[in-house]
Amino acid sequence: MKRIVYSEWRMPSERYWGLLGILAAVVGLGGLAALHMEHNGHWVTGMSNAVVWGMPHIFAVMLILSASGALNIATIGTVFGKGAYKPLGRLSGLLASALLVGGLLILVLDLGRPDRLLVAITHYNFRSIFAWNIYLYTGFMVIVIAYLWSMADRMGGPFVKPIGIFAMVWRLALTAGTGSIFGFLVARQAFDTAFLAPMFVVMSFAYGLAIMLLVLMFTFDQEGRPLGHKLRGRLMNLLGTFVAGVLFLTVIYYLTKVYGAKNYELVSWVLFDGGIYSFMFWFGWILMGSLVPLGIIYHPVLSQDRNWIVAACALVILGGMASLYVIIIGSQAFPLQMFPGHTIIESGFFDGVNGEAASYWPTIPEVLLGLGGVGVAMLITAVGVRVLQFLPESLADADVLPDDLGHAAPELAGT
Amino acid sequence: MKHQEAPLDPSLGSPPDPTLNAGPDQSRRAFLGIAAGATAAVVAPAFVLQAQAVGNPRAERVSDAHRWGLLVDTNRCVDGCRACVDACDQENGLDLQRKQPDQSEAEWDTQKAVWLRKVKLQDNLTGRVSNLPMMCQHCEHPPCVDVCPTGASFKRADGIVMVDRHTCIGCRYCMMACPYKARSFIHEVVEDQLTRVPRGKGCVESCNLCVSRRDQGLDSTACADACTALGHRAILFGDLKDPASAISQALRTMPSRQIREDLDLNTGVRYAGV
Amino acid sequence: MAIAVIRVSLVAVGLVWVLAAQTVLAGDAQRYVKPGSQAAHSAACVEETNFMRRNHMELIKHQRDSTVHHGIRSTKHSLAGCVNCHVSVSPEGQALAINGRDQFCGACHAFSAVDVNCFGCHANVPRGGLLSPAALAAHGDATAGARPSPGQFMSDTPGPATGRAGGQ
Repeated sequence: MKRIVYSEWRMPSERYWGLLGILAAVVGLGGLAALHMEHNGHWVTGMSNAVVWGMPHIFAVMLILSASGALNIATIGTVFGKGAYKPLGRLSGLLASALLVGGLLILVLDLGRPDRLLVAITHYNFRSIFAWNIYLYTGFMVIVIAYLWSMADRMGGPFVKPIGIFAMVWRLALTAGTGSIFGFLVARQAFDTAFLAPMFVVMSFAYGLAIMLLVLMFTFDQEGRPLGHKLRGRLMNLLGTFVAGVLFLTVIYYLTKVYGAKNYELVSWVLFDGGIYSFMFWFGWILMGSLVPLGIIYHPVLSQDRNWIVAACALVILGGMASLYVIIIGSQAFPLQMFPGHTIIESGFFDGVNGEAASYWPTIPEVLLGLGGVGVAMLITAVGVRVLQFLPESLADADVLPDDLGHAAPELAGT
Repeated sequence: MKHQEAPLDPSLGSPPDPTLNAGPDQSRRAFLGIAAGATAAVVAPAFVLQAQAVGNPRAERVSDAHRWGLLVDTNRCVDGCRACVDACDQENGLDLQRKQPDQSEAEWDTQKAVWLRKVKLQDNLTGRVSNLPMMCQHCEHPPCVDVCPTGASFKRADGIVMVDRHTCIGCRYCMMACPYKARSFIHEVVEDQLTRVPRGKGCVESCNLCVSRRDQGLDSTACADACTALGHRAILFGDLKDPASAISQALRTMPSRQIREDLDLNTGVRYAGV
Repeated sequence: MAIAVIRVSLVAVGLVWVLAAQTVLAGDAQRYVKPGSQAAHSAACVEETNFMRRNHMELIKHQRDSTVHHGIRSTKHSLAGCVNCHVSVSPEGQALAINGRDQFCGACHAFSAVDVNCFGCHANVPRGGLLSPAALAAHGDATAGARPSPGQFMSDTPGPATGRAGGQ
């Protein structure tokens, strides 16, 4: 194992500025969408009094979960002492804070009164898990910045491990807290389970790692930095484990739900009669988001092919979006069960007449706002790696893996 | 109905009542009176609608000596009648809501604010049909209050659950948490709100048991009054903590229940016959 | 040194400007109270004019919390009171939005470049009264007990005729 040298991202200028231009355009469109929603009110979105959280929240939760998950690699490197992952620690930290900023921006800009952010900062209701999360998110930013310092600064050495452990605990609390935002809602059948907390934790591992891998492969390829096959394979194995973990928890989640008669209707609706939600569940979440990526990751040939790896990571992320669509929006669309044993046959406020679910279709501003948040995260990352030394010069197996493993095969740059 | 706004009384431009010019004390007193609604507006009578009839605006903090609530007798709630809904809409200016341009009627219906709605339900086993009004249930342990990050969603000492629109940031988490779908988010710019019911874009709102009536010393709600006026008398409003109140007496004698009593929220709105 | 001089003079200009603005403001104060509004005929506001000019927002904010959370509506610092007294009327007899740029709140706030947040939610003209017509109809005399007797509820004897609530 060699000494790791970090350097700025030296992608050719014109390509770099082109990339920044595209990201800035995405961010700009997101900003315009937020202004549009803020100026007119939320009637320009598909969100309603029944489905109160929509597409922006899918993007926001995705980014927040990924932020926590992206830091996983740094944790593995510093807390669990896996030397091979250590060189990725800085990128891991940068990505974590960038994704969190993107996600929080979406959440804030989707508020009915984003101008009252100051109120949100100065008024706290400590019974609210949502208020707790505000602390968890801001604390996360501070801790990640300290973590980055400890990893990058000569003086930081002795602090890496304690800060790393603290960051890991904090991040687990953060994802558990995010899951609890939904899990603590006793009113809605599909929520109302502490199970969502660990489920979100494992989801964050999978989505964060998938994003991390995509960013890593893109930045390294653009500059021809070597990325070892063994290291990449390890990361993919890890991704496979996490995706399988999500799949396992998904099965348990629905099994626990279906165990009580009161939830029969809910589960059969999600799995079979939910229209878009059933489609999102089977096609998006289970097939494209879990089984296909697992197939790629554990396929002896495909798992060696860069394009298939990219596809697997992208599918994990898109599948994650689908799963959040089912969990967040589907759970709201399914009518509240106010009168068990009764059927609502008329209502002045869409109380699930004859069991009908609330309708929701995302509108363009919502999607643009969400994409804008992704754009912000990517923009921060792109600027960060360009101006500071976040990326290791080489992740060739010989450079990062213990000697007995690293010499097995020579590495090809950028494959 | 049309809310009184304009045109105003032609006497508006004419010289005001001389008492108003008698000095600061006088004018102050006049202002006080008007602010309190205890006197007719001298200059602009149409502004302060028959305000002389207002009782006594509250001067002391509400206390937990009272707990306001409703009892709904679903057996008396008439199929197809929406007097309570209309009365609520008029009381709170919700009838002034307008569909936004370029928006379908169906979409608007899912986005406009509804504080009180009629629900008709059928027992799956017996086929028995019941009608009832649904609104904020004014829980003793309201989930909306628990989850509100800023504390804007709160319970007044007298048991009324409401939203402080000054600190509501519009996150809508309370709407996620409410088991009764009682809350509405204001999806559009509001320009013609009533003086007694401020409401505006980007905040959440719900039934507040006609709180301004309470603060002006009236023990009633628009829905209960409207129901009584039609002779249906399916909605009874009153003080749950006053053993002598009509609602307490009725609750003692007739079987009633809470909706989603499994959540043990101890709702302030109770239902009989369902 | 030159920079320091420039800085000092900038501050000085700023101070002079603030003073001038204050004077102009005081001179123009009468202008903001609209003729035809109730306030135009009053010698003073609920507090001394200069005090109101500087502190009205504090009074309103204090009142807002005690009203919303504690139900106190008897005090004189209510926003509804401000609007009621200061609103002016068009020649056609139409109440003019008080936050309009040439109206009492709007003009002064435009001058001082401070955004008024109140009227996103609060009515900017007196509208609908402090009690609804329905409430007044149902409680012809508000001081009288408004509670129905227990016997009325769910009994078949009709209650006192109170009129169709809110009907018009």
